[in-house]
Amino acid sequence: MSQHRLDRSAIAPELRRIERRLMLKGALSLGGLSMLSGCALDDEPSVERALSAMSRFTDRMQALLFSRQRLAREFDASRITHPFPYNAYYDESAIRTVDPAGWRLEVGGLVSDRRPWTLAQFRALPQKRQITRHICVEGWSAIGDWSGVPLSMFLQRVGADLRAKYVNFRCFDDYSTSIDMATALHPQTILALDYGDHALPPAYGAPMKVRIPTKLGYKNPKYLASIEVTNRFPGGYWEDQGYDWFGGS
Amino acid sequence: MLSSRRVRPRRTPSPVIRITHWIGALSMLAMIGSGWQIYNASPILPFEFPAWATLGGWLGSGIAWHFAAMWVLMAAGVVYMGYGVLSGHFRRDLRPVGPRAIGRDMAQALRCRLSHAAGHYNAVQRLLYTGVLIVALLTVASGLSIWKPVQLGWLTWLFGGYDVARRIHVAMMTLIVAFLFIHIALALLVPSTLFGMVFGRHPSAAPEASVQKGAAR
Repeated sequence: MSQHRLDRSAIAPELRRIERRLMLKGALSLGGLSMLSGCALDDEPSVERALSAMSRFTDRMQALLFSRQRLAREFDASRITHPFPYNAYYDESAIRTVDPAGWRLEVGGLVSDRRPWTLAQFRALPQKRQITRHICVEGWSAIGDWSGVPLSMFLQRVGADLRAKYVNFRCFDDYSTSIDMATALHPQTILALDYGDHALPPAYGAPMKVRIPTKLGYKNPKYLASIEVTNRFPGGYWEDQGYDWFGGS
Repeated sequence: MLSSRRVRPRRTPSPVIRITHWIGALSMLAMIGSGWQIYNASPILPFEFPAWATLGGWLGSGIAWHFAAMWVLMAAGVVYMGYGVLSGHFRRDLRPVGPRAIGRDMAQALRCRLSHAAGHYNAVQRLLYTGVLIVALLTVASGLSIWKPVQLGWLTWLFGGYDVARRIHVAMMTLIVAFLFIHIALALLVPSTLFGMVFGRHPSAAPEASVQKGAAR
């Protein structure tokens, strides 16, 4: 089993490159007929470079717009979306689960204490609850009810370098994403353990999901496995394929 | 004195108007094509835009195009609006006139009898251009409000919340596309206006205008 998982992670970057190439191929064939033949231009390296340069500019503007004091709107319980939709890069039948008792959160990078954390340790910390709107990059949105430990509190506990640029999240479903330190320290950014009055169900990321109401859905990873504080740009599953990295709301 | 007064009606769009018009037009087309790509990812109406009409090939690329074009459109828009206000172009040329004049020009337009004097904006043009500028402003503002519903939460609130703002954004896009059909059809019916927006002068007016310029000096 562990051998199998090691293989998977070893080939993940190559798989991603292949996926990306296939997507760009798709862009070419769909766009080839288009009057706005810019679609086909996507495959042209200079156009791709220009688009990603603009995307980095957009990221910088988003970081400038972001305020650590500005809060996402919180709603009454009556506004919660039922059922809250399942969403991931794979089908619901492919959800992976772990034994909560055996689960550990790995801690790495620029922190003074790298010991892994158990769920019980997180349960022992003060919890914050929020009913906020989850907005997907596709445009749809849903209001949900999460509670858990503020990420800022966790980062302080592990002695993280709070001047570092990035916090990187890796998940045991081979998803990954990363965020800026300012968002990591935002008061509504939490390591969610519960949905409603119960522990997170598998569909919502059991046993731990990062809930960030100031960011789009793809910046809210589920099935968390490790947290790393770093100054090296970590990218992410969707970001490497072309979604803008900041992904702020 | 007489010659200088005769130059005025020959006024054609200034370079600032022409350059920002075409940069704005191209970036607006990119915004529409990539916007349709984004819309298709999660349609709010019971239809999707055909793939051949969308820009980007997939959602991620569509978003990249949408934001790249957004900065270009906003830059062109700021220059155009600033120039329009400061130069008096808006006040002089685009300010809508009374309903009577609109009714008269509209009736003439429908009978294809409306005259297009160079550099003169008739009542229908004034109404259409002022209208589309307001719609464009609302499109950009509603777009910003669904892009930044937390950081620009006041704007999202003004548009009635995230879900309503999204629908307003699509509705405004539809109005812009409707305008484009009318605008392009009219420009093709009266090609001298198109010529003026490209080259800054009218084919027939060119030699006369240059002579008058010389005389005025």
